[in-house]
Amino acid sequence: MKEFGYSLSPSSRVDLDKIDKIKQERLFALEPGFRKCMACGSCSATCSAGNFTDVSLRRAIAYIQNGQDLAALSLLKHCMLCGKCLVICPRGINTRNLIMNVLKVYGEK
Amino acid sequence: MNKEVLVIGGGPAGIECANSLISLGYKVFIVEKCSEPGGHLRKWDRLFPYGVSASDTLDKLLQKSGKAIFFYDTEVQTINQVDEKFVITLSDDTQLHVSSIVVATGFTLFPAAKKEEYGYGIYNGVITNADLEDGFKTHKKELFKANRVGFVHCVGSRDEKVCNRHCSKVCCVTAVKQACEYKDLNPDAEVYCFYMDLRMFGRGYEDLYLKAQNKYGIRFIRGRVSEVAEDVNGCLVVKAEDTLTSRPLKVTLDLLVLMSGMSKNDDNDKIADMLGIKTEEDGFLSLPEPTLNNCQTVTDGVFLAGSVTGPKTLPETLNEARAAALSVHKYLSR
Repeated sequence: MKEFGYSLSPSSRVDLDKIDKIKQERLFALEPGFRKCMACGSCSATCSAGNFTDVSLRRAIAYIQNGQDLAALSLLKHCMLCGKCLVICPRGINTRNLIMNVLKVYGEK
Repeated sequence: MNKEVLVIGGGPAGIECANSLISLGYKVFIVEKCSEPGGHLRKWDRLFPYGVSASDTLDKLLQKSGKAIFFYDTEVQTINQVDEKFVITLSDDTQLHVSSIVVATGFTLFPAAKKEEYGYGIYNGVITNADLEDGFKTHKKELFKANRVGFVHCVGSRDEKVCNRHCSKVCCVTAVKQACEYKDLNPDAEVYCFYMDLRMFGRGYEDLYLKAQNKYGIRFIRGRVSEVAEDVNGCLVVKAEDTLTSRPLKVTLDLLVLMSGMSKNDDNDKIADMLGIKTEEDGFLSLPEPTLNNCQTVTDGVFLAGSVTGPKTLPETLNEARAAALSVHKYLSR
C-alpha cells in the first residue's frame, strides 16, 4: 500500500465505560476519603514539590476517576509525603494515606 | 376600603399569602388556572434538603386556607383600577372588587425538548427532573432498573441560546437529592452528575452533597453535556468535557435525567400589562427596590410573592408570601 505519511493519533477521549472499577473500589475501601474530593485545588496549590515537579493530587484524583492510572501515578511520583495537603484539605481527606494507597493499588504490576 | 384581596396563583406562594391575610382578618380570593391548588409542589414527591414529603407540606399549607375563596380553572381576564379599588373580571365572567392584589403566579418549568441535543422526547431513556419526581411519587418501578444513570445540571439555565441567562439555583441541590434517592431505590446503579458549578447555597445542601459523594459514591463530572446519542443497543452515549482534566469524555448510560430549570411564567407579560408593572430582560416581574423590598411594585396596592420574581426555594417563597401579606396589611391600614 502506498504510504502517504498520514497516521491516526490515539483518541485522547476519556471513556468511562472502560475504566477498571475493581481497582477503584479497592482504593475507596482503603481510603474512603477519596470520594469526598471536591476538586478545590488547595492540595496542589500548597504542594511543596508541585512548584518544581509535576505533582498534583487534585489532578491525580481526577485521572483515577477517569481511569487514567498511569497519568495519575506519574503525578504522584515526586511526592515527598510532607503532608501539607493533609493540613490544608477542607474536606479533611487523609491525603497521605490516599497517596500511599494510590501507589499501592495502581503501582502493582 | 373593603378588606378584600385578590391573590393570583394558587401555588405555595398564593396559598401561604392567603393564609397570612386570613389571619389578619382579610377576605381572600385565589384565582388558579389549574383545577387543583398547589402548583408545582403538587407534582413533587420529596423536598430538598431533608427529604420532607411534598404532599404533607402542601396539606399543611392548605389546612389553614379554608376560608379563602378559590376559583379553579380560572384566569384573570381584565383588571381596572377605579379610584383606589380594583375591578377584576375573571375568565368565568365573575366580577370581583378588591382593594389589593398579590401576584403569585410562579414559574414555568423549562421545556427540555427545546434543548434538542439532549434528546428529550426523542430517546426513551431521557427524562426530566419532573418526570423522575413523578416516578418517585407514583412508584414507577421500571424507571429504577437503570444501572447507569446521569443527571445533567443547568438544562435551560445559564444558557443564552434559550433566553435564560439566569441560574435557576434550585436544580443543583435537586439533582443531588434525586441522585441520592435513586441510589436508595437502586443501590447498584452508577450515578453521574454533570455540573458546571455546584451551587449549594442553603443550609443542609452542602451536607447533602457530601453525603452524595461519601455515602452514595455519586460521581460528579465538571462539564456541560454537549450531546446525547443512542447506540445500537438503545443505550445513551453522553458526551461532555471533563474540564478538571481538560479532556473530552464519553460515557454510556441507560437513563439520563435533565434538570429543567425555572423559566419565567408564560403569562408574565400579560399580567404585567394589566397591572402597569414591568418585566425584566429575563422575563420575571420587575422589582423597583430589589434589595430592600422584594414584594413591592410600582403600582400602589399591587404586591408580588414567590418565584414570579425569579427562581426561589420553597422556604424563600413562603417567607415572601408572608411578607407580601404584611405589605398588603400595611398598605390597607395606612
